[in-house]
Amino acid sequence: METASWATVVLGAAGFTASQWWQLLGHFALLSLLAVGGAMTTAPDMHRYVVNQHGWLTDAQFAASVALAQAAPGPNVLFVAVIGFNVGGLVGALATLTGTLLPSSTLALAITRWGRKNERSRALRAFNTGMAPITIGFLLATGWLLLRPSGGQLAALALAAATVWLMMRTKISPVWLIAGGALLGAAGFV
Amino acid sequence: MSSGDVDSPPAPAAPAPTPAQLFRAFTHLALQGFGGVLPVAQRELVEKRQWVARDDFLAMLSLAQVLPGPNVINLALMIGDRFAGTRGALAALAGILGAPLVLVLVLATAVQQLQHWPFVTGALRGMGVVAAGLVVATALKLGKELRSNALGRCWSAALVATAAVAVALLQWPLVGVVLGLGGAACWAAWRKGAAGDTGA
Repeated sequence: METASWATVVLGAAGFTASQWWQLLGHFALLSLLAVGGAMTTAPDMHRYVVNQHGWLTDAQFAASVALAQAAPGPNVLFVAVIGFNVGGLVGALATLTGTLLPSSTLALAITRWGRKNERSRALRAFNTGMAPITIGFLLATGWLLLRPSGGQLAALALAAATVWLMMRTKISPVWLIAGGALLGAAGFV
Repeated sequence: MSSGDVDSPPAPAAPAPTPAQLFRAFTHLALQGFGGVLPVAQRELVEKRQWVARDDFLAMLSLAQVLPGPNVINLALMIGDRFAGTRGALAALAGILGAPLVLVLVLATAVQQLQHWPFVTGALRGMGVVAAGLVVATALKLGKELRSNALGRCWSAALVATAAVAVALLQWPLVGVVLGLGGAACWAAWRKGAAGDTGA
């Protein structure tokens, strides 16, 4: 507990079997191709799989993984690496990140070359139009899941609402909001 | 296809970057991106380095958003690919992911070690609440686009609500929702397109 043993860092606290690794990789690879609008839109299904179905993480650990990745610099998609890391160490992070990026990146490269010529094709437009509302619905679902560990507490709801308001009305950088949330949480207000 | 580019900058002046330059540029911009890389990417690639013209950047971004996968990752792949093919794409990808990945995993390890301290779990809980707010704000900002969605406001709103409830409350697997609800919505949009109304 006190010192990070190398086995813990590489394989995770629970130890991680090869079959679990392939399951994790496979599930995230499947979600990769569904992640229209960004990996965050598939977070609810990652939650369903990792927390509800397998019990590899708790609700709070899941939300903390996402929060940590958003607080750090870099693309927000790195939250999948933190989830993988908390499930199965470095090996787990490799599984979730590879699963999340390999299929979508391969597809992106293939379609980019085709899409340069067909940007206004009817199929692409229909896809765009049809998927836009679905994508936004998934984002709202993600917000709801991230709020769940605080159990509908009034202070937490107020903090979330204040965050939304500040993001909509001001140009404040999200990093200050994350830092503010960390301070309020550490002091026990939310 | 932005219309208001009256003072659009001229075609990129800089020579095409090499994979090594792509790697360095994307590392540099990723490390500045707290809570989102896209604004930094626009400033670095279009304004500072002038590798990409503004309308080109917009066109690539709109395609990146349509494709599955993280938008900024797709964008990095496209820009890298345009200048140096597959090697350029991989260099840009390694740049945007490498250093931030190491950083975030070091942070995660530190947090794992400290998680029996109440203020650490409290801080993470507070950050989680703010993260929820950030995601909802992103949804609301993007939701403004739905006003001009060819499906119409009522249908769009109904689709948003159905997708959110199916996934958050009913906890249905995403595959089913994307293929079922998403498929139906895309089909309806295709039909609208057939009627000759582009809605753009």
